[in-house]
Amino acid sequence: MTISANHTAPHQAGTASAEDALTEAAKKFGITAEDYMLPARHQIEMVDPEGRLKPEGEQGTEPGHEYPLPGDAELLAAYEQLVVGRRVNDQNSALVRQGRMAVYPSSHGQEACQVAAALCLASGDWMFPTYRDAVAVMTRGVDPVQVMTIFRGDWHGGFDPLKHKVGIQCTPLTTQLLHAVGVAHAAKLRDEDTVVLAMCGDGATSEGDFHEALNFAAVFHLPVIFFVQNNKYAISVPLAHQSVAPSLAHKAVGYGMAGERVDGNDVVALLAVLDRAVALARGGSGPLLVEANTYRMQAHTNADDDTRYRESAEVAEWRAKDPVHRMRAYLTERGLLDSAAEERIAAHAEEVAAALREGLSEDVPVDPQELFRHVFAKPTPQLKEQSVLLADELARDAPSIDSKEAGK
Amino acid sequence: MSPTITTSSEANGNVSAATARAAASAAASAEAAGPQSVTLAKALNTALFDAMQADPSVLVFGEDVGTLGGVFRITDGLTATFGEQRCFDTPLAESGIVGMAVGMAINGMRPVIEMQFDAFAYPAFEQIVSHVAKMHNRTRGAVKLPLVIRVPYGGGIGGVEHHCDSSEAYYAHTAGLKVYTPATVADGYRMLREAIDSDDPVVFMEPKKLYWSKDLVDLSSLSASYVEGTTAGRTTEGRAAVARPGTDATLIAYGPSVPTALAAAEAAALEGRSLEVIDVRTIVPFDDSTVCESVRKTGRAVVIAEAHGFASVSSEIVARVQERCFHHLAAPIRRVTGFDIPYPAPKLEKYYLPGVDRILDAVDDLQWEN
Repeated sequence: MTISANHTAPHQAGTASAEDALTEAAKKFGITAEDYMLPARHQIEMVDPEGRLKPEGEQGTEPGHEYPLPGDAELLAAYEQLVVGRRVNDQNSALVRQGRMAVYPSSHGQEACQVAAALCLASGDWMFPTYRDAVAVMTRGVDPVQVMTIFRGDWHGGFDPLKHKVGIQCTPLTTQLLHAVGVAHAAKLRDEDTVVLAMCGDGATSEGDFHEALNFAAVFHLPVIFFVQNNKYAISVPLAHQSVAPSLAHKAVGYGMAGERVDGNDVVALLAVLDRAVALARGGSGPLLVEANTYRMQAHTNADDDTRYRESAEVAEWRAKDPVHRMRAYLTERGLLDSAAEERIAAHAEEVAAALREGLSEDVPVDPQELFRHVFAKPTPQLKEQSVLLADELARDAPSIDSKEAGK
Repeated sequence: MSPTITTSSEANGNVSAATARAAASAAASAEAAGPQSVTLAKALNTALFDAMQADPSVLVFGEDVGTLGGVFRITDGLTATFGEQRCFDTPLAESGIVGMAVGMAINGMRPVIEMQFDAFAYPAFEQIVSHVAKMHNRTRGAVKLPLVIRVPYGGGIGGVEHHCDSSEAYYAHTAGLKVYTPATVADGYRMLREAIDSDDPVVFMEPKKLYWSKDLVDLSSLSASYVEGTTAGRTTEGRAAVARPGTDATLIAYGPSVPTALAAAEAAALEGRSLEVIDVRTIVPFDDSTVCESVRKTGRAVVIAEAHGFASVSSEIVARVQERCFHHLAAPIRRVTGFDIPYPAPKLEKYYLPGVDRILDAVDDLQWEN
């Protein structure tokens, strides 16, 4: 079988360069375009669950799918973020139990994906996260308390997307992939070298917007990396009910882009794969699809009961593949991590957790008039009227509240 | 073609024969002085041309809008003049078109996208309702979405099913969207320019039945008078127009129903009844003051719209006017709307669409004997 993207469309911007890129990439790696687009036969994995570096022949790499080991400094920085991310996940779950946050979809167990997604990007790049990617957003540099605003319940979002180049988190599935495509398209039209990382889960690959986003990115030949965290469940629905494709990464070939699978609990392999994807995209390869094989260790949110749809044995099996422990063992074995460094990192994680506890315990006063303030850039007369109505209502209520207080 | 977004003058330095032809024809239309007979389609096309020339961040994309110039030719010549980087065809995916436009607007562009037909926009509904409408609010005003979604809408063109819907209520009901709908050639131009310049997302509903309607308009002066008008604060957003002054009753209409209302007013005048016609122009924001001023003066009102009447823009207008003008009303407000049925097949649409006779019957029912 020969795969050739031989659709002549002289008037369609981008198509010609997409064809060239596939041919070029195949030539560069000495493989066929087909082998360039298809994921390697095995997932890319570098450090095993016990923290041992796998022999080169067992890392899943093959010609055209080679991944150099990331540098020590990058790995140590990633480990620090893993520890902080795990602490944040568990702190937030505790805050929900204490009633200080309404809800928290934890990425416990997926921290390697979270950290690698943020660390592979340059400051001028963009990230479009899902609601479960709070740790990735924080790792990107957004203040943790601002990230949690959405879950605390005083506004729908707590940070400025333009300042951090991070899409605002929200709960519709997969819609953000198209926003990522648009940001990349605008950057490309201005000849900027921005790369955009678009995140979604395995369930999201069933949505129509997944198809439209990948196809648009490929047709317009845009520097977007679609990063799928396959954590095996969409609330209760297992992967087998979403797709019977050989893997989610195999979907790439249908769009004329390259796909790769990676051990999603191995931050070394994740960084290796994502760093190369970012470099390729920045160099004009067009979009790429990376599937991280990971696991949602906890229920969907605190409102979910995962014992209704999965066995505890399965969870235990994945606990043994924990991304944080694995990295600790690996770095200690390599002599890169000693007890002093561990203490410093643990203290950093505690500082972040303390800031979260403090920030989220604070009773932030809400301003009812803010309800009207941001609906439009230029407000309508109707909203001005309704704002006055609410102000009058509150002014009338104010004395009665005061008198109640006074009566106590 | 350079991969860089250039200003239009640079783009014009790199033209093919077809490009030169299109540019020459656009230039000729812009240069011809004095009022000419101009279609709404041409006015919209000129507005897009002028907006793209004025601002290099204005991009036009959608289905068939490039080489073909759109199935209604509203984007005719834009690709030839401004290049494939600024006016281009997308894959056939409406959610993709809107979602990509959201990202482009986040990243500094002013996308003007075309939904080929009213009912073809429905796959994009989630992007429009959950993101276009909410992004500014969700981000506490940090992210503005200056994008325009052009929707050719309404019937009266003998179109098959899914080509004739009046879908304005879906958008008007969604907080965070502005909804414009021009009824005249001159408004087509200035309202589209205004929509493109707006920092809020605008659903721009184009009455396709009126695309080929003509007015005497000076195309060459439209751009200058638009710039002069907006500088002086004369905007159309939230400002209804008195399309025809009158004293006995008010006909309130928008988009495709305005010419029908004007025809009804003309016919009523022959019978000695003076009807004022209000062209709503922007459904969101709605101009309560112009509409209510008219109804308070006449004491009687009929609201006319092609869309189904139930839970519609017309029901909203009746409610608003009733709340504000109750003590000035000599009769209950009447509505002449489409029936609450799926849009009919071409041979049946004349029974569905509000027409002059049905409007005049409604006017006759406004309790004149009292």
